[in-house]
Amino acid sequence: MTPSKTHTMIRVAEKVIEHPGESATLYFDAPITFTPGQFVMFWIPGVDEKPYTLSFVSPARFGITIEAKGIFSQKAIALEPGDLVGIRGPFGNGFTLPDEPAHTVFVAGGFGMAPLAPLIDTLLENGENPLAVIHGARTRSHLLYHDSNDPNRNPPERHPGDRQFCTDDGSYGHKGFVTDLLLDLLGKGASVEQVYACGPEIMMHAVVQICRGEQIPCQVSLERYMRCGFGVCGACVCGEQVVCTDGPVFDDTQVSRMADFNRRALLKNGQIVDLDTYFTWRQPR
Amino acid sequence: MKTEFLGIPLKNRTVLASGILGNSKDILERVYHSGCALVTMKSIGPAPRDGHKNPTVLDLGHGMINAVGLPSPGYDRMEGEWDELARRNFPLCASIYGGSVAEYARVAEFVSQKKPDVIEINISCPNSEKHGMIFGVHTDSAFEVVSAVKQVINVPLIAKLTPQAPDIASIACACEDAGADAICAINTVGPGMVIDIESRQPVLAFKKGGLSGPMIKPVAVRCVYDIFKAVRIPIIGLGGITTGEDAIEMIMAGASLTGIGSAVRYRGIDVFDKVTREMNDWLESHNCSIEDIKGAAHQET
Ligand SMILES: Cc1cc2nc3c(=O)[nH]c(=O)nc-3n(C[C@H](O)[C@H](O)[C@H](O)COP(=O)(O)OP(=O)(O)OC[C@H]3O[C@@H](n4cnc5c(N)ncnc54)[C@H](O)[C@@H]3O)c2cc1C
Ligand SMILES: Cc1cc2nc3c(=O)[nH]c(=O)nc-3n(C[C@H](O)[C@H](O)[C@H](O)COP(=O)(O)O)c2cc1C
Ligand code: FES
Repeated sequence: MTPSKTHTMIRVAEKVIEHPGESATLYFDAPITFTPGQFVMFWIPGVDEKPYTLSFVSPARFGITIEAKGIFSQKAIALEPGDLVGIRGPFGNGFTLPDEPAHTVFVAGGFGMAPLAPLIDTLLENGENPLAVIHGARTRSHLLYHDSNDPNRNPPERHPGDRQFCTDDGSYGHKGFVTDLLLDLLGKGASVEQVYACGPEIMMHAVVQICRGEQIPCQVSLERYMRCGFGVCGACVCGEQVVCTDGPVFDDTQVSRMADFNRRALLKNGQIVDLDTYFTWRQPR
Repeated sequence: MKTEFLGIPLKNRTVLASGILGNSKDILERVYHSGCALVTMKSIGPAPRDGHKNPTVLDLGHGMINAVGLPSPGYDRMEGEWDELARRNFPLCASIYGGSVAEYARVAEFVSQKKPDVIEINISCPNSEKHGMIFGVHTDSAFEVVSAVKQVINVPLIAKLTPQAPDIASIACACEDAGADAICAINTVGPGMVIDIESRQPVLAFKKGGLSGPMIKPVAVRCVYDIFKAVRIPIIGLGGITTGEDAIEMIMAGASLTGIGSAVRYRGIDVFDKVTREMNDWLESHNCSIEDIKGAAHQET
């Protein structure tokens, strides 16, 4: 008999504040079968339910990292150990690692680091090192899993080693965009065989353009408003792709055929609008 | 499997149910190319509406429960969409709803000018003027709304019925008398409720929701059976169809076409192609045609 429970109900085991008042990682003590890049529907009873990528997975524990934006994410980072929430999933396809060890480059914009971090973990577990990890954000406090703000950060830096940073305002690392650092790397003649990128869609678009110019395969992870998470309601469609089941990870060939990539998204009411309108609609009310 | 339905040539007997994926031209086209003969748009309403808060759609393993809450951009805020759909190369069914007879007529008249191949009216909605009474549970309100819509459109009209009606056959008759060209049955069953026993509260934000998928198939088959007895117009049988054999069963109950919704979750977008092939296999192995078996369950032995 198929289980008829809609959610796995679970208590928050630990909360790690990434940046006070802005972001936190919630940990849950349970095993989960998952491919990096997949997401769960995260239900706070009485509040709402939204998709979050798993940002950390170990045999007995998993975590999600939340940036406080609107009402839901603010309530999510205010949760405390012992609070009861519901999880559905994991859903979606996840990233694909190359069959053979390859020169991989990770490009993360802000919280785009959340889905990429467990992929980097997997690579490191396989005994491989990424060629480069490029991490950018608007400002220093939006860099994720990084101790630039607090040397006594607990837990320590997630992926110590050779990381390249940039911020829009120059408050940490290079002043400018992740694409500057990627072009710089390619300009130095680095042989890059696979790029993984996640961040604002405009950033992913720029990364895809660069990769296609250089004929480097690239995978990106998209974000759309979601309801079911399993390919039925149509809330998350992007062109002819269903982001929750066909994605959220797409390769450069797929996104370049996707009419709505970096162009349009559906509002909650189903109206198809340009991305600027889409993001203003989501202003906290 | 080719057929004609209300004058529309169709490549097979499968129909995409309203509210399943049908949010844009691109995805409707993909569903068509995945084997679906007639694709139905998400129900279009009289005004912009966000629908309910999440959780809205949940899988129960043997089907799903949903309270999406009829989100819609509103019929007059879809210009870009209509422009794209005007250049389509597939048959299209536009589903509409309203909160009053006048709203149904207003939406239908506008949508009709956009030239879908057929309009389906979802009469499972509460009537805001009559204390939320559902249009489709009373013969007089069903008659009223179908005849009002029929007068203002120039494409065929399908009335989509709710199994909440105590006597669905009489509702179908009222729709036929009012000028409906076909019946689609059924909408979701219920409403039902799922309570999470750990947090001790209903899981759906709207608390109650409609059931769909395999668990409702017997209800859908019974409804189509009852309607087939009562009307002469063709029926789209819908509810729980997941395999070719399910579709054959629905046709034996009296359906001409078979709608598919929740099974997209269980078998993928190409479920339409799979079901059509399975239907063909069954017919071949039983050496008969759709026309041979349509309504077969009604023959007294
Ligand atoms: C597959 C998937 C995985 C996701 N994973 C994560 C994750 O790991 N961590 C995480 O924090 N969120 C993630 N999200 C986003 C998350 O689901 C919520 O949309 C987000 O937390 C905002 O929700 P909210 O209701 O608090 O804010 P809303 O009311 O939706 O928005 C509030 C504000 O945030 C801005 N905003 C919202 N989303 C974005 C965005 N993507 N880019 C730029 N601005 C935005 C809006 O412009 C607005 O100003 C994911 C989404 C998807 C589809
Ligand atoms: C998520 C979801 C949304 C739906 N939205 C609509 C809708 O907007 N209009 C409508 O007439 N029916 C809607 N329905 C009902 C379906 O069209 C169909 O009648 C019902 O799901 C039974 O078919 P199934 O068992 O094949 O899913 C919806 C169903 C689901 C699961
Ligand atoms: S969220 Fe429902 S189809 Fe993707």
